[in-house]
Amino acid sequence: MISEEQVRHVASLARLGLTEEEVREMGGQLDAILDSIEKIRELDLADTPPTANPLNLSNVLRPDEPRPELPKEEALAPAPDPVDDLFAVPRID
Amino acid sequence: MADLLSLTAHELSGKLDAGEVSVREAAEAANRRVEEVDGDLNSFVTTTPELALERAGRVDGLLRNGGVRPWEGVPIAVKDVLSTRGVRTTCGSKILEEFTPLYDASALKNFGDAPVMVGKANMDEFAMGSSTENSAYGPTKNPWDLNRVPGGSSGGSAAAVAAGEGWWALGTDTGGSVRQPAALCGIVGLKPTYGRVSRYGLISFGSSLDCIGPMTRDVRDSALLLQAIAGHDPRDSTSANVEVPDYLAGLDAGVEGLRVGVVTELMDERIDAGVREVVSKVAAGLEAAGAEVGEVSLPHAYYALEAYYIIAPAEVSSNLARFDGVRYGLRVQADGVHEMYRKTREAGFGAEAKRRIMLGTYALSSGYYDAYYAQAQKVRTKIVEDFRDAYARYDVLVSPTSPSVAFEIGAKTDDPLAMYLQDICAVPASLAGVPAISIPGGLADGLPVGVQLMGDHFTEPMLLRAARAAEQAAGFEFAPRP
Repeated sequence: MISEEQVRHVASLARLGLTEEEVREMGGQLDAILDSIEKIRELDLADTPPTANPLNLSNVLRPDEPRPELPKEEALAPAPDPVDDLFAVPRID
Repeated sequence: MADLLSLTAHELSGKLDAGEVSVREAAEAANRRVEEVDGDLNSFVTTTPELALERAGRVDGLLRNGGVRPWEGVPIAVKDVLSTRGVRTTCGSKILEEFTPLYDASALKNFGDAPVMVGKANMDEFAMGSSTENSAYGPTKNPWDLNRVPGGSSGGSAAAVAAGEGWWALGTDTGGSVRQPAALCGIVGLKPTYGRVSRYGLISFGSSLDCIGPMTRDVRDSALLLQAIAGHDPRDSTSANVEVPDYLAGLDAGVEGLRVGVVTELMDERIDAGVREVVSKVAAGLEAAGAEVGEVSLPHAYYALEAYYIIAPAEVSSNLARFDGVRYGLRVQADGVHEMYRKTREAGFGAEAKRRIMLGTYALSSGYYDAYYAQAQKVRTKIVEDFRDAYARYDVLVSPTSPSVAFEIGAKTDDPLAMYLQDICAVPASLAGVPAISIPGGLADGLPVGVQLMGDHFTEPMLLRAARAAEQAAGFEFAPRP
């Protein structure tokens, strides 16, 4: 059973604000989902390697050649609250 | 000109090429149709009628000089998860309500400067959902029955095609989000092999699963649209460096001698009887057309949904961390940066996005990682092996696309598990990264039923050929609805 305290802890790890009502609902919903997911633990897969990606990917590198970068004003254009030429954030707490 | 809306995309393309119809006339017809029906359907978050006309004018100019590829003049709807330069891209979320991308998704680059786009199609927020009820911009309705969902998460794209608001659309499929809404709306939806289409400019949901796919009126249109979007892209390191074949060549070669396996695990009592009946009929039709039809087992398919609902949220919890109110999107002001993150994300994300962020963060957190995430990745290996074994004996696997026909709006919104069950037939192919297509196989209770065909990695030419034969066997005729 996932307690409200655990819900708040996971939300804080995710930097996600939840209303009190969401905290109450989320515990029950996560419980139900995790209960159904529990089924995969019945498989003995100790010797099975994991698959992270369906293609056998290796690191893809590009040549280390200088290229024009995104102009600063374009990069900042979608920012909600830029200051001067910078992405600004409130006080680091 | 009303007849224009009844043409398939390749038929329209032929008329554009022959000069019988101008691209501008096609765009005007699509715009009028959007005007006429979208108040009821809500297929679009943003419509772009003027842009469509402007771009149509450009393609008309090029057509006179030749060199236009056959898809360029055909008006299209683009799911709002794909970045479009200068056109707001919300991803169905409040957190991106005011976001205007600086570049186009690579999947659009073969449309010349930009596609003749009628609008940005509605979707479940961040592509999470199976009904398009999770959009911050209201639910989309199914053109077959306005009280029902169009499926999700590409429900806006599916409804737009089914209603004739443009001739085709792009959707994205992480755990079935192209195929399931295509099935529920009576159109064709193709999830290509993972890596076949560049993900650059696609706002990520589950990075190891996300695929961009065509949503079209028939299989030939699907082949044509795949031709337009497939290819290697150095800007996406997960894009496959595999040559793009001619997807239209051999499309009508038939299925004589092709080995077709019906997946037993996806034909059990979890699937509505009416849906199973349609799938069996289409399989019999393929047999009558010369295919060898048998039964095949994917033994770990029973665990696919559970593995998917660990892996996808785990990737979500990481991918959605970028929405923090600093570089783009919504910011809720607060005293202190952590409080600003929390408040911005609280206000910006809807219920399903929050649920999946929480689930993914939990599954990845200390003490649970091995039990959930690592185990799910091992199940994924087993599913890949199941497919490999199946393709040793069969060329194409067949199953339903969705366990039921379109359900009523609101029927599953309070029960996330019931909603997740919608994806049981679709997620095995997603986890294995193999291509899969849904074609309309017929009707059950007066609503469309999708039949899914799955091929091995990069066998789209064969898969499309089989799908074309299945489409002919089903005899389902597309007509814009309502």
